[in-house]
Amino acid sequence: MSVTDLTPVAELDCRGLNCPLPILRTKKALQNLAAGDLLKMVATDPGSVPDVAAFSRRTGHEVVHQSEGGGEFVFYLRKA
Amino acid sequence: MEPVKGMDPMVAEQARDEAGPVAQPQPKRVALIASKGTLDWAYPPYILASTAAALDMQVAVFFTFYGLPLLLKDLDAKVSPHSNPAMPMKMPFGPQGFRNFSWPIPNLISGNVPGFDSFATTMMKKTFKNKGVATITELREACIESDVRLIACQMTMDVFGFDKRDFIDECELGGAATFLEFAADADVSLFI
Repeated sequence: MSVTDLTPVAELDCRGLNCPLPILRTKKALQNLAAGDLLKMVATDPGSVPDVAAFSRRTGHEVVHQSEGGGEFVFYLRKA
Repeated sequence: MEPVKGMDPMVAEQARDEAGPVAQPQPKRVALIASKGTLDWAYPPYILASTAAALDMQVAVFFTFYGLPLLLKDLDAKVSPHSNPAMPMKMPFGPQGFRNFSWPIPNLISGNVPGFDSFATTMMKKTFKNKGVATITELREACIESDVRLIACQMTMDVFGFDKRDFIDECELGGAATFLEFAADADVSLFI
């Protein structure tokens, strides 16, 4: 799936934040969305890669796309 | 659904379960004991509790002994490098080479220079801020927002002379039995 197919309902900037803030902020942002909505989250913490995956497995909010570049990690999560 | 007349209650229950919607699995439970109240040890319980809640788990934290001050409205946790040889003593400012240097502070200094703990606390807070780490208050707020049960140990409150009014309104009071009742069904239990 290309990035152009993904139009997020909301975007969340977690750049510069360290564990566990990206997860806490992501959770909070998802709470304001409706089921099926897409959230784009950008982080710089490399630990957010395994942590977002674990968060997704536990909560059911699916990571539909993720990319990495220039020290940034971009996640697209679909609210369950 | 009413049990069919004359039907064995167990069979009726099973039939009801099979006919009804699939039962939601019980959420995972996390039971933590926070027994230390210095700035460094304030992090593990509040990080784990807030994150577990974000992962849809039910969480309770039992604050006892020196963990109690973590519930104070005016949270003022400090760190002490004294007799803590594993604690890196690095400066949160200056060129990278300077920052990476770990200062060998003898116990004679860390234990006798007035205000050394306050100095170390300021340095640690500055480092945490530089690295984008949440403050303890921020993590505690996250716990409150996500309905983490914060239980203050009544017995140690009495022993150390804490008043409920000194603590945040969101905490509850309880004893060993209160915590253990929750912890009995926990999937994760940690003493911190």
